[in-house]
Amino acid sequence: MAQGSAIPRFVEPTVIPGFGLTFGLTLTWLAVIVLIPISALILKASSISAEQFLTILLAPRTMNALKLSFGLSFLAAVINVFFGLIVAWALTRYEFPGRRLADAIVDIPFALPTAVAGIALASLYSPQGWIGGLLTPLGIKVAFTPFGILIALIFVGLPFIVRTVQPVLADLDPELEQAAASLGASRWQTLKKVILPSLLPAILTGFALAFARAVGEYGSVIFIAGNIPNVSEIAPLLIIIRLEEFRYADATAIATIMLAAAFIMLLVINRLQRWTETRG
Amino acid sequence: MALNEAKISQEELDEFDPGEIFAPRRVKSRVVRVSTEPFYVRLIIVVAALGFLSLFIVLPLIAVFAQAFSKGFSTYVNALTDPDALSAIRLTLIVAFASVTLNLFFGVAAAWAITKYRFPGKTLLVTLIDLPFSVSPVVAGLLFVLLFGLQGLLGPWLAEHNIKILFALPAIILATMFVTFPFVARELIPLMQEQGTSEEEAAVSLGASGWATFVRVTLPNIKWALLYGILLCNARAMGEFGAVSVVSGHIRGETNTMPLHIEILYNEYQFAAAFAVASLLAMLALVTLVLKTALERKLERRSL
Repeated sequence: MAQGSAIPRFVEPTVIPGFGLTFGLTLTWLAVIVLIPISALILKASSISAEQFLTILLAPRTMNALKLSFGLSFLAAVINVFFGLIVAWALTRYEFPGRRLADAIVDIPFALPTAVAGIALASLYSPQGWIGGLLTPLGIKVAFTPFGILIALIFVGLPFIVRTVQPVLADLDPELEQAAASLGASRWQTLKKVILPSLLPAILTGFALAFARAVGEYGSVIFIAGNIPNVSEIAPLLIIIRLEEFRYADATAIATIMLAAAFIMLLVINRLQRWTETRG
Repeated sequence: MALNEAKISQEELDEFDPGEIFAPRRVKSRVVRVSTEPFYVRLIIVVAALGFLSLFIVLPLIAVFAQAFSKGFSTYVNALTDPDALSAIRLTLIVAFASVTLNLFFGVAAAWAITKYRFPGKTLLVTLIDLPFSVSPVVAGLLFVLLFGLQGLLGPWLAEHNIKILFALPAIILATMFVTFPFVARELIPLMQEQGTSEEEAAVSLGASGWATFVRVTLPNIKWALLYGILLCNARAMGEFGAVSVVSGHIRGETNTMPLHIEILYNEYQFAAAFAVASLLAMLALVTLVLKTALERKLERRSL
C-alpha cells in the first residue's frame, strides 16, 4: 500500500498527526490481549510431542466431542439457513402487523447472555417444561440429548443468517425480477434462477458465521446438553473438564484444534464477505 | 413450497389493494414491486417466520421471567438481595466498566490508525482484530490460564512476586476484554473509512492540533457509531460466561460474576433464584436492543 517517494516509508506521508501514537497503542493492545495469550497456547502446544498430541486427539472421548461440536454446528447452520431465509424474506418483502418488533426480536440471541439462554432452553425442554412436557408423551426427548444441543445451537446462530441475507435481499434490484417475470418466468423460477444465486454469497457468509459461533459455543449448550461423555459432551466442555483435572496437555491439544478451525473459518468468512460486497 | 405459476399478472393486482394487510413492503424511493407472491404464499411465509421466531426466541425469553416469578415476588427479591448475588452484580459492573473503557480507548486508537493512514499490512491487522470473534470463549479463557497459571508461562514469576492475576479480578477483566476486543473498532472502521480524511486534513491545515481535530471534527462524525459499539461491547461484557468461567475460579462472593452466579444457583436446583438473577441480564439485553434500534435509526443502517 505504501509506495512512491524515493526513501521507502512505512506510512504514506499525511498532515494528520498521531500515527505513531495510535498505531503503537493498537499494536500494544493487540499484543497484550490477543497475541501474547495465543502464543502462550502455541508455546504449550509445541511442548507436546506429536505422538502425544495424536493420542489425545484420537482418544474416543475427544473424537466424539469434536464430532459432536462440529457435526451439530453444521446441522444447526443448515437449519438456520432454511428458517433464516424465510425470516429475512418475510421481514424485507412483506408489510405485516408486528414486522418492526419481529425485526428487533431477531437480535435477541446476540444480546441475551449465553448462560441465561442456556437455563431458559433447559427449563423449556426438560420433561417438566412447557415444550418438553408436550414432547415427552410423544416419546421425544430433547433436554439432555444431542437434540437439545442442536436446539441451543439453532438459537445462537439464527441472527447471523438473517442479518447477512437481509441487506442483500433489500438491495436486490427489483428490475431483475420484473425482467424475469416479463420474460415469462414463474415466481418459483425467478426465485431459483435470479434471487437465490444473488443471495448465495450472503447465505454462505451467514452460514459460516453461524457455524463458527456454534462450534465454540458453551454457555447456552451446557445446561440443556446433559453432558454425558461420548454422547452429549461438546468440545469446549471437554477442554474445561481436562483443565479441572489438571490435564493441561489434553486441554491445550483440543484448544489448538479449535483455534486452528477458528482461524480457518475467519479467513473463509473474510473471503466470503469480500465476495458478498463485490456481488452486491 | 408450491408457488402459483403463470398467474403473476393476476397477483400483481393484489398489492394495490388498499385493504391488503400482507402488502409487499415499499422500498424507499423505488417503484412498488410488480412481481410478488400470491396472498396465501405470503401468509404461509409470514406465519412460518413468526412461528419460528416465537418458538425459538420469544418463548425462552418469556420462560426466564415466568420462572423468575414462579415462587412469588418475595423469593424474587430475596434472590436479588442475597449477599452473594449482590457481590456478583457488583463484580459484573466493575468488570464491564473496566473492559468497556479500555476497549473503547484502544478501539478508537485502532480505528484512527487504520482509517486515517495508509500503510502495508492493514488487512492483516484488521483480521487480527477480528480474530477474538471466532475464538471459542472457553479457548479464550484457557489462553489466560496457560499464560498466568502456575503451570503457565508467567505463573511461577507472578507467584514469586505475590501478584495474583488468575482466579482474580485481573484475569476476569482480561478474558472479558479478549471476547469483546473487536466490538468498538469494528463499528468505527467502516464508518471512518467511508468518511475519509479530508475533514481532518482541512482542520490540521488550518492549525488545529491532533487532539482538537479528533474532538471537534472526528468525534461528532462518529459519536453514534461509537455509542453503538459501546452498547454491544457492554452487553457482551456483562453476559460473558465461558471465558470468565475458566479464569474466575468460582470463588463465591469474590470472583463470581452474574452469569457464574446463575450457573451455581441452577446447579443447586435453586431455579427460581437462578432465573431471578437471569431476569436482570435478560432486561439488560432488552434495554440494549431498544437502544440499539434507536441508534440504528440514527445511523440508518443495520449491523451485526
